[in-house]
Parts: sequence; C-alpha cells; structure tokens
Amino acid sequence: MSTTNDPHGPGRYQPLGPDDRREMLDVVGVEGFEDLFASIPEGLRYGGELPVEEALSEPELLRHLEELASRNGPASGMLSFLGAGCSPHFVPTHVDALIQRQEFMTAYTPYQAEISQGTLQAIFEFQTLVSMLTGMEVCNASMYDGASAIAEAVLMARRLMRRGGRVLWSEGLHPAYREVAETYAKYLDIEFEVLPLDKSGRTLIPVVDDDVIALIVQQPNFFGVVEDLRSAGNVVADAPAKFIVAVTEPVAWGLTVPAGEVGADIVAGELQSFGNGQNYGGPLVGFMATRMEYVRNLPGRLSGQTVDAEGRRGFALTLATREQHIRRAKATSNICTNTALCALATCIHLSSLGRQGIRELALQNLSKATYARTRLAEVSGIEFPFDAPCFNEFVVRLPVPAGDVVDACAANGVVPGVPLGRFDEVRENELLVCVTEIHTRDDIERLAKVLAEACS
Amino acid sequence: MSDQGNNMKLRDDQAQLKQEMLIFERGGSGRVGCTFPRLDVPEVDPVEAWGEDAVRGEIAGFPEVSEVDVVRHFTRISQHNFGIESGLFPLGSCTMKYNPKVNERVVRSPGFASAHPYMPSALMQGSLDVMRRLEAALAAVTGMDRVTLQPAAGAQGELTGVMMIAAYHAARGDTQRRKVLIPDSAHGTNPATAAFCGFDPVEIPSNSRGTTDIEALRAKADDTTAALMLTNPNTLGLFEDQMEEIAEIMHGCGAQIYCDGANLNAILGKARPGDIGIDVFHINLHKTFTTPHGGGGPGGGPVGVCEHLIPFLPRPTVETDAETGTAYLDWDRPDSIGKVQGFYGNFAIMVRAYTYIRALGAVGLRQVAEDAVLNANYIQTRLKEHYHLPQDRLCMHEVVFSDKCQKKDDVTAMDVCKRLMDYGYHPPTVYFPLVVSGALMIEPTESVSREDLDAFIAAMVAIAEEAKSDPATVRGAPHSTFVARLDEARAARKPILRWDPELSEE
Repeated sequence: MSTTNDPHGPGRYQPLGPDDRREMLDVVGVEGFEDLFASIPEGLRYGGELPVEEALSEPELLRHLEELASRNGPASGMLSFLGAGCSPHFVPTHVDALIQRQEFMTAYTPYQAEISQGTLQAIFEFQTLVSMLTGMEVCNASMYDGASAIAEAVLMARRLMRRGGRVLWSEGLHPAYREVAETYAKYLDIEFEVLPLDKSGRTLIPVVDDDVIALIVQQPNFFGVVEDLRSAGNVVADAPAKFIVAVTEPVAWGLTVPAGEVGADIVAGELQSFGNGQNYGGPLVGFMATRMEYVRNLPGRLSGQTVDAEGRRGFALTLATREQHIRRAKATSNICTNTALCALATCIHLSSLGRQGIRELALQNLSKATYARTRLAEVSGIEFPFDAPCFNEFVVRLPVPAGDVVDACAANGVVPGVPLGRFDEVRENELLVCVTEIHTRDDIERLAKVLAEACS
Repeated sequence: MSDQGNNMKLRDDQAQLKQEMLIFERGGSGRVGCTFPRLDVPEVDPVEAWGEDAVRGEIAGFPEVSEVDVVRHFTRISQHNFGIESGLFPLGSCTMKYNPKVNERVVRSPGFASAHPYMPSALMQGSLDVMRRLEAALAAVTGMDRVTLQPAAGAQGELTGVMMIAAYHAARGDTQRRKVLIPDSAHGTNPATAAFCGFDPVEIPSNSRGTTDIEALRAKADDTTAALMLTNPNTLGLFEDQMEEIAEIMHGCGAQIYCDGANLNAILGKARPGDIGIDVFHINLHKTFTTPHGGGGPGGGPVGVCEHLIPFLPRPTVETDAETGTAYLDWDRPDSIGKVQGFYGNFAIMVRAYTYIRALGAVGLRQVAEDAVLNANYIQTRLKEHYHLPQDRLCMHEVVFSDKCQKKDDVTAMDVCKRLMDYGYHPPTVYFPLVVSGALMIEPTESVSREDLDAFIAAMVAIAEEAKSDPATVRGAPHSTFVARLDEARAARKPILRWDPELSEE
C-alpha cells in the first residue's frame, strides 16, 4: 500500500490516515487497494508511477511559483498600455476579499436553491446591473468570455431567424472574437462578411438585405473609436436581421448611450474591466443581454425571483428548459459552467461604483486617453489613422514597425500598446494604445518619451 | 407544538433577523463605495467629445452604497450559501474536493495577475512555462500525446474535442459521418455538444451491469459514425471494463472515441485514457485539480489528444524553441480548428491546477484516487441496507442509490436531499444519471475524514428511518435553512429576472 502519511510526503490534503484506510478497507471487505480497483481489467491498468515532476512541500511550492511569476515582465512593475479586450483597471481591495469567502468561492452551481441563496441573489443583482448598464431587459448569469459570447450571440440570432444566412460584422469587431465565432459556426449554414471602416474609424453600415441574419457592431470598436450606434440601429431597424452590439470595454457604457436605446436585439461581450484582473487573458466575464421576448432563446443560466413555501422572497435558477441538463441535444447551447465567481466580482465592483462612480470612472478613462492622444500628437513621426472620437483606446501610426517599437520600449520598462500587425499585415506600423484611470499624468509623459525615443 | 412547528417558528425568527434586501434596496442618495484620485489631466466633456446624441445620463436605479454597505451585504448573502469548507459536499459527478489555500496565494502574485495576454512572449516566460509544465503534467496523467489548455470549461472542452474530430474526418474527406453515439448515462452536455457541431446524437442503452451495451453499440456503429462520446468511469460510478471491445468496434468502423473526463479523479495513477484506446479526453480542472467551482465557474477544460489529432488543436499552442529553450506561442497552425477562447484560456485557473499537481506528485495523485474510491465504497457498504443500490458491486469514486425503498412511504430522492440540508450537509446529485429512477448520486471525494463520513452515514440512516416514522417531516424539508423549499414552477411561469423598482413595490 502506498503511503502519503509522512511529514515529508504529499499527504497534507488527505484526511484519511493509515489506520483509517486499513479499517475502512475491512468494512468494504477487500484486502487492499489492488482489490478495490479490480473493476479496471488488468490490461487497462496503469502499473507505473506517473511521470510528473516531484511533489513539493508548501514552502518549496511557494518559492517555485514565485520564481516562475518573477520571470514575467509585470513582476518588476512594468508600465503597460495594453488593452484590446483585456483592460487594466483598478480593483478595489474589498472586491477580491469578498469573492474569496469560501461560501462564494467553493460553492457549486446553485441547483439546490435553499442552500445557494447567496449565489442566486448575487446573480440576480448581476443580471439587473448589466441590464441597466446596457439598457436591455434581461441578462444571463455570465458566459466564458466576450469572444464566445459573440459566437453564441450569432447562434442565437440564427435561432431567432429560424434560418442560416449572412452575418455582417464590422472590421472594428475584435479579431479574436471573429475567430472564435468562425470556429463555433464552422459546421453551420452561416457566412461572415466584414464591413470596412470609413476614414474616421467608424463602421460603414450598408443597406441590410433580407438574407442577412445579424449585423454586429462593437461599441467602442476594437480601434477605440466610439461608433454611431444610433445610425446603425436605424439602418437595421428596416431589415429582418438582428442587431448585435459587441462590448470589449464596458467602462465606456458609463457614458455612451445604452444599446437598448438604439434598437439592439442582443448585447454580448466582456465585463472583465469591472472587478477582475488581466491574468494573462483568463478567466474573463462573458455576458449576453437581450429583450424579454427573446429570453427563451438565450443561452446560459438565469436566476429568477420566486417565493418559498412560506411566502418569503427567494431566488432559483429558472427557464432551465433552455439548458443542456434538461433539454440535452435540443438545448440552446451546451454551456454549463460559466464564470460565476468573476461575475460576482463584477457585481460587487459595479455596486460599489454605483450611480456616481460608474460615471466618474468612465470620465477619467476618457480624459486620460484624450490627454495621452494630445501628448503623442506632439511626437514627431506619430500619426493617427482615424480621426473619430475615442474612449480609452486609440491607434497611432509609427514610422517603423510597431513590433520593433514595443521591443525597444519594453527594454525601458514600458509596453506602449498592442502592435496591430499581429491581426492584419497592412497595419504593421500601427499600435493600439490603452490609457485608463490607473495611469497617472507622469505615466503618460513617460509613454510619450519612450515612444519618441523609439521612433527617432 | 410539533417539532416541525418548532422548526418553522425558529426559521421565521431567524429569517427576519437574517433577511438581506437586494443591493438596490439598500443605501441612500449620495453614498459612494469607490473613490478616485483627483484628475491630473484636463477633464473632457463627453458631450463635447462625442455629441449629445451619443451620451447617456445617470443610470437610473444604480446602487448608492458605501464600501461598508457593500461588504456587509455580500458577506450576509454569502452566509446563505454552502461551500466545501462548510461541510461534506457529496455532490456526485462534481468532485467537490478541498481547494487548497496556497493556490489562491500564488495566483495573486503580480507577475501572474497583472500579465496582459498581448505582452511580448519574451516578457512572459514565467506564464508560458507554467502552461508548458501543466500541459506536460496533464499529458503524463492522462497518457495523451498533447493537451490544449484553451477551453474555458468542460463543456467548451467537449466542443473543442468534437470539433477536432469533425476536422479530422473532414481532412480525410470522410464527410458522410453524421452520427455521434452517446450512452444513455451521459451528462447532458454530451448530446448538446454533438448537436452544436451539427452531428446527430444517437443514444446507446446501458446494460444490466450499468455499463455500455456492447451489442447495441456494435449495431449502431458504422461508416456514418463520427465518434462515440463515452464517460469513463461512467456516471454510475462504474468503470467501463469492456474498453477493449469498445475501442475495437469504434476504430474498426473508422470512428473516434471521445471520453468525458468528469470522473478522472477516480483513476489518477490507476488507468490512463491514452493507454486504453481513447482518442480525445477532456479534463475539468475545477473538479480533479482543485480549482474553485466559484458557484458556477470559472472552470478550465483542457483537452488531450492522440498524435493523429495534434494538427487540429486550437491555436496558438505553447512550443519550446529547441535552441534557446524559450517558450513561445505558435500561431502558424494551418489545420487548427481555430480559437475557442479570446486569448489562451483561463490562465489563472491553470496556475492553481499546476500548483495542486506539484503539491501532490505521482504518489499523492494516486493516493487521491485510492482515498476517493475507498470513501465511496465505504458509504456504499454502510448505506446499502438503508437505500436501494441498483448496482451492487464495488464502485469507483461515486455510488448511485435510488429512492425505491423510500418511495413506499411517498418520500422521494428530492425529499431526502432537502432533509440532508437540515443535518448540515449539501445534498448529493439527484435524479441523475437518468438511467436510474430516483437516483441519489454520492461522491464524497478524498477530502473527507472518517469521522465526517461516519456522521454523514448516520444522517442518511436517520433520514431513512424518518421516511418510515415521520415522512411528513422529510417531505416538508428543509426546515432549518434560510428559506424553505422554493416555488421553482412559479419562477419559470412568470419570470422575474431582474429587480424593478415598480415590481418590488407591488
């Protein structure tokens, strides 16, 4: 019998001791673990020791993981202006403290409502906050991330239209979102067509033909530009197609006119900016909001208000007949686990920001980015390919390839933006710069300085 | 007053004291929960910048609360939840094991937490190394040739796996394969995934031993079959011991075998999917590898594949430069199915899973499987006199009882579940798998001491007794929770899915 009960062994998470095991094997009526696993035929059994790295005690483990983390740039306080769907924002200390309460962090999906009221009420509040933010009637309990939320929004539009067809999407929709949606739709009767941007950086909205099932515009778009959603909404209002508004930077929604007010049928995207760190791109907080008339086609979980047997208000997962555990092959999606804990962080942060804070946060982002743009305009050699107003991101065109500039700046402790050549070769000299409330005026001056050096 | 009456009275009093309003019903005008530095740059007027038409006013109904209000609110509602540290959480198929504290500490290291996915790879060698090492560890544990870490949860892992199978058949011009065979004991995500990828799910019955009916499988498998989606150990907690025949049938007709890894905890170091004929295998990091369930995510759904499927893995993969040893992201993968997540997957979940694997090593991982299986069999042995056991033989990591004995007194599996809450436990999974009528699926995991197991068994026995002596109490349960049984039918009939100031005044 193998043993882990040794102060140098890997047994600290194992409540059973050697005596327990012996006595319990007796109760079960087997000689040893060999017999306990007898249902695995001999030929299928693994006889060796798994070829994994050696076990570490907790102090060794901490040292090892700290060493790994220290090899990342951010460990040494690198100044970063990277956004592009995973933005740097301040997370109040109490947000992370609250989500670490084991009652939230280790709980299961709230199928057993009577002992899951905490999660269910928080989801209900999340649904409400995001509905208010987007101006929609209903929001689901979260999805994996913005990219898969857009993919699922396309599939939802197809269900609502009861047919396949063309999906028109803006060049200003995040390229990774487009790639994930293409992956999801590969085996379906859907064709995607890119709508180019005009010179100002806004999407050119064409007449929407009857064979189009959805039009997707991102607000603000991937290049940071604030789109004219009202006009887009008016165009699509005359067509059968569903109007999908994508979101990668929800902070902007503290100031921009809500999607629900301009005729959106579905709003889908990302909420990581509220309450969640960047974590090298995951986990994130996807979401999808829509109109009540479409709710039975919405994928993902929903918490609904009801009463208990004694008439008190309570909450339960509801409209589960849309979901895989009930409908199996006929479900609206196969989604099961989503990102409840990240959505809780979003819920807590949004609640804390509240009526005044959400506006102040958005204003600070707009003001800092505008200032940075003004400062960079003074750097010789830097141009701006788009002239439409932005929120907290904008594109600069450099005299040399942006990838080289990033490497040069990084050597000086600054990552100035995302080189757009990684998505589109013709944008090789372009850099997407994100400036938020975490950046001080000094940070922005430093950005201007290192960019000027790298471009000269 | 009867005991039940006393219980109800107690709850009324407690509920009034503990009742927590919605965040929208708290607070008052002008309170703030977050503050900001004074702007050190000129303030921009959004109306001037964007035009009046593009700017919204204040968001009606948004909360106005202080940080203290927020902390009290969420702390109080958290107390209406049940977590793994609250007590035994024997939820079958979900592997609710202890989530080590050290995982939470390492993941918050700024080097990991503040890393942006578009940082140049040269600056991200720490994170890329974690991914490389985790992939190697998962490949070692499962015997698969390569593993993608990108899927954000198990169901997305399933989707990724089935898409890779579709791409594999398509690359061979084998496009007539429209069927995916799925045993009737499978999770709902399996048929949902197959349908999602445009396949026709075909159900395969279980045999009297609770495993896949080989003859039925043979009859359905042909050159129009793309794959079998198996779960092994299956949801009855039984090992599919006819794997060799299953592999022969499926591979013989040119189909692939996908295996749902929900139950990997049972076979760590005991059997490896890659060694027993499985082509694609997904792993739930939030089950086997102790990343928190979070009340429904975030999860992690890595997928392991055999060599012939490597070209189809989602992009990018993490590779090592042979000369320098540096890690990099390889985007140049022409046969890849594409991306399934916006970046590279749930990195912060990967860090936790890697930390856990390094805490255990080979010996620790095998002990996990042994203790988990021992605990399940101990419960099975001690409870089978009291609850009907459809498959009376050694089980793996979970045991499935039914409510057949209690039904005589009109007590259902759901009633037993709800009554368990009164004894301080989270209920088992109920009414699943579908092949057992009135199923009670118990998975204790390895994270439970003998004394806690004994106490749980005693509670289950007491409920079986109550079902005979005082069935009304069981049927009316739970009596001690914050709310009584909820009217789920009403929630669905007249859905109220958000707070509305007008509705709450009604």
